Amino acid sequence: MSNIKEFDCRPVSQEGAESPMAWTHQHHESRPAGQNPGVRIAEKAFLGHLILRGGAIVLDEAVRDILGIALPGRPNTMTQNDAGTHSVQWLGPDEWLVIVPGGEEAELETKLRKALGDAHFSIVNVSGGQTVLTLSGANVREVLMKSVVYDVHPSAFPVGKGVTTVFAKATTIIRRPAEDHWELVVRRSFADYTYRWLLDAAAEYGVTQERA
Amino acid sequence: MFHIYCPYCDEYREEEEFHPSGQAHLRRPADPANSTDDEWGGYLFFRDNERGVHHEMWLHAVGCRKFFNMTRNSATYEIYETYKMGERPSVTAENVGDLKRQSGVQAETSGWQTVGARPESESLNEEEQA
Ligand SMILES: [Zn+2]
Repeated sequence: MSNIKEFDCRPVSQEGAESPMAWTHQHHESRPAGQNPGVRIAEKAFLGHLILRGGAIVLDEAVRDILGIALPGRPNTMTQNDAGTHSVQWLGPDEWLVIVPGGEEAELETKLRKALGDAHFSIVNVSGGQTVLTLSGANVREVLMKSVVYDVHPSAFPVGKGVTTVFAKATTIIRRPAEDHWELVVRRSFADYTYRWLLDAAAEYGVTQERA
Repeated sequence: MFHIYCPYCDEYREEEEFHPSGQAHLRRPADPANSTDDEWGGYLFFRDNERGVHHEMWLHAVGCRKFFNMTRNSATYEIYETYKMGERPSVTAENVGDLKRQSGVQAETSGWQTVGARPESESLNEEEQA
């Protein structure tokens, strides 16, 4: 067991908690939902985000045991459970992003630390630093084509892929967990910028925002 | 725009995601405390400014965030190869002319004018290489 002091940084009560989108929602009117919007934007707020670093083989064993998901072995891919609630994404040759339902991250971290023992690894809870936006609708790909330098054509970006790339002028993780929707993992400091860019880029197709 | 192959991401990415990080394969003096000013100063401050084949480090800054190496022609901007840290380049200033001649395309170092063209005289090439 490593000699690391852990603590659960999630408050006992979520009352008054603000996601990285809070400022944006306070300062911008919600757009009225038109008929058949081409793009729907929703936020998956307050999920648990962990950054895992270490050797792929030892991490894979621990993640399989505890989450029941294999560590994605190939670059720029993600794996998830059948319900899509738990996912692991490749970020680099020794770095993965784990996203779990909010509240599970502290327990997961403890279990992983125990399973990994004296192995050379690092786990950082980054839940407060980023949030997940989901994009769905018929025109999502057009909006992404305007926003990112990466090729989002289905032949280059199939379901199960996820990359870190340039979104407008910010760094964003873009992933495609299912055929009908995309996810953006955005940093807190870029959240307002990314969100307003999305609204602007999607305006011509009609856009609705679903607020939690 | 460069289209750069990241050896860690295993695919081509846009130049916008990368950051150049200077000359590659610098050797830190093994014993800094006992190295001469020339050795230490050379290591810290002096870099080659090659015209032609150049080995340099790049960072996949908006991506996997790993450093890797690239062999690039500083005059034509052609990228010959990218390779992981700790690996050795397969294209060097010494062998680039040979590689190009084998594949029959224009080689910057030997001065062939067009793709597939044959040099008028061999000595022309040898002179360039000397
Ligand atoms: Zn990369």
